[in-house]
Amino acid sequence: MRPDGKPEGLRQSMSWLHTWCGLLLGWLLYAVFFTGTLSFFVDEITDWMRPELHRSVPGPQTAELAVAAMQKIAPDAATWTINLPGERQTAVEASWRAPGAAAGRAGTQRVQLDAGTGEVLTPRETRGGNFLYRFHFELYAMPRIWGRWIVGIATMFMFVAIISGVITHKKIFAEFFTFRPRKGQRSWLDAHNATAVLALPFHIVITFSGLLLLMSMLMPWGIDAVYNGDAQKYFAESRGRAAGGGGEREARGGRPQAAEPAPLTAIAPLMQAAQARWPERGVGSIVVQRPGTPGSTIELREQGAHSVARGAGEKLLFDGATGAPRTPPEARAPSAAQMVSGTVMGIHLGRFADPAVRWLLFLSGVVGTVMAGSGLVLWVVKRLPERRKLGRTPRGHRSVEVLNIGAISGLSIATATYFFANRLLPVAIAQRADLEIRCFFVAWGLCLLHALLRPHRRAWLEQLWLAALAFAALPLLNAATGGTPLPAAMLHGQWSVAGFDLVALAFAALHGFAAWKLGKSAALAATRPAASGAGLRVPRPVAQSAEKQA
Amino acid sequence: MGRYRWAVASRALAATAGGYALSSATAAGLGLLLARSGNSSVDAVLWATMLAFVVHAVAALWAFGCASALRAWLGIGIPAALLGGAALALRGAPA
Repeated sequence: MRPDGKPEGLRQSMSWLHTWCGLLLGWLLYAVFFTGTLSFFVDEITDWMRPELHRSVPGPQTAELAVAAMQKIAPDAATWTINLPGERQTAVEASWRAPGAAAGRAGTQRVQLDAGTGEVLTPRETRGGNFLYRFHFELYAMPRIWGRWIVGIATMFMFVAIISGVITHKKIFAEFFTFRPRKGQRSWLDAHNATAVLALPFHIVITFSGLLLLMSMLMPWGIDAVYNGDAQKYFAESRGRAAGGGGEREARGGRPQAAEPAPLTAIAPLMQAAQARWPERGVGSIVVQRPGTPGSTIELREQGAHSVARGAGEKLLFDGATGAPRTPPEARAPSAAQMVSGTVMGIHLGRFADPAVRWLLFLSGVVGTVMAGSGLVLWVVKRLPERRKLGRTPRGHRSVEVLNIGAISGLSIATATYFFANRLLPVAIAQRADLEIRCFFVAWGLCLLHALLRPHRRAWLEQLWLAALAFAALPLLNAATGGTPLPAAMLHGQWSVAGFDLVALAFAALHGFAAWKLGKSAALAATRPAASGAGLRVPRPVAQSAEKQA
Repeated sequence: MGRYRWAVASRALAATAGGYALSSATAAGLGLLLARSGNSSVDAVLWATMLAFVVHAVAALWAFGCASALRAWLGIGIPAALLGGAALALRGAPA
């Protein structure tokens, strides 16, 4: 797309498309990538943000204690779901549904139990990691449907940007092995290329599955046409086949009027049987249907055993009154189309058995975030020669600079602020969860303002250092405000808490490294008058030619 | 400069609105074609919708990659009309 209308090659037009698709929604996409990446650890973040739960240390009797507690708390419930502690949570999370309760989250009540004693823990009010998770596809402070549409459209832009980017860089795989550090624009381009190619399959899958996850909203016309407008029928059919005979649904009708109560069998022998069957992972959750009645069932689910293609992991079903094993209803095998869509969506949701794969997804997300960020910075760096020729900074360029700082380092600071607010706001304050979120947005807004008021390079440096300091301080804050200190958490295997602290330290190092690199190049540039005026370093030949022209 | 802006705006409209129309027609038309040729309804919807997202992305590439704005519109409009027509014809017809 040349302004003079001259014909151009496919690569040029794709490069144009890539640039503008990337820039127009780049800031939003950066935020989606950043918060989405953190969402791979949504449970861990929520755990860290509720230090009241950190003292819960599981023992051999955790399951018995939890079942006993539920018998006191909700003896007449239709269903209990007891999530046992594991590498992703320290406490027992138990939920129950009253007979005839509303479907979904509305009819579910929740409680946190100490895994060592079975007593009820009252954590502080917080949205925890859920706020970041929801933000990454619904944004905030607007009707959910708007947020989803905006993110959906941005995802389509991302998809187009990825494909046009691949076409633009026809030597993309050869160039992957090229990195020219400390070469200004070339280095930014190489960094952008390298991060793009390094995780290209991840970027494609995560973007495509993002669209699929919002499919019934973004592209309902296939369902509408094939089912003649009856979308509910489609959902029922696709659920029925993918999920197989799930226990929850059949129990939704409620509790039969039992003539006499039938006490639940002891859980310990069932746990032993399951432990013998799953020696590595053990039991992740216990689902009891119609507890206390003759028709009750106890279902044990393997810890973290979700497979992308299969869906939920293995289960063992027992009669609730006698403890005799029962055969669970056979799940129907998914079709090829369901395997494909289920697998890409499973990757997006991080439904994996293996923590190693979750970490790999997280790292791919970090690489994707760096790709989006480096692309935004590249837009500015690429236009430095043009700016030099003009002798001034066009308003558009300056806006991109300010938005880049606000979107990239500002978001890091806002996220760190959210965690600080979680620990520093009084526990009993009214509307605490909302206040935490407000702190996040106020910090983000202040960062944007700071970027507007300070010179470009100073703003980057100051915000990057602040972000590095804030993340480095999080493990100390955790220990000082009632959380399990990092060494103790590692010692007791509380990996949700320890993992958070370790990632915070890694983020501190990442931001510190970026600030240090930028500071070093700033010091270099200051010794070369030609390059010191602009925000970021320019490649040497450009700087030299600028000197000649001057 | 004015002409250039109009050409970009026209292609952008072809890529977004035209692309969405084409991908909707793909989801509906191909979905019905698949469903009527022996696939289960769920599978027909899934294949057609997955392809529809790819079609939209390719339409956006086409809108900016082809030689003129007119071609951009034709290349998106003609298949959209064909698939949309197929969808309308099949939807009313008995299975």
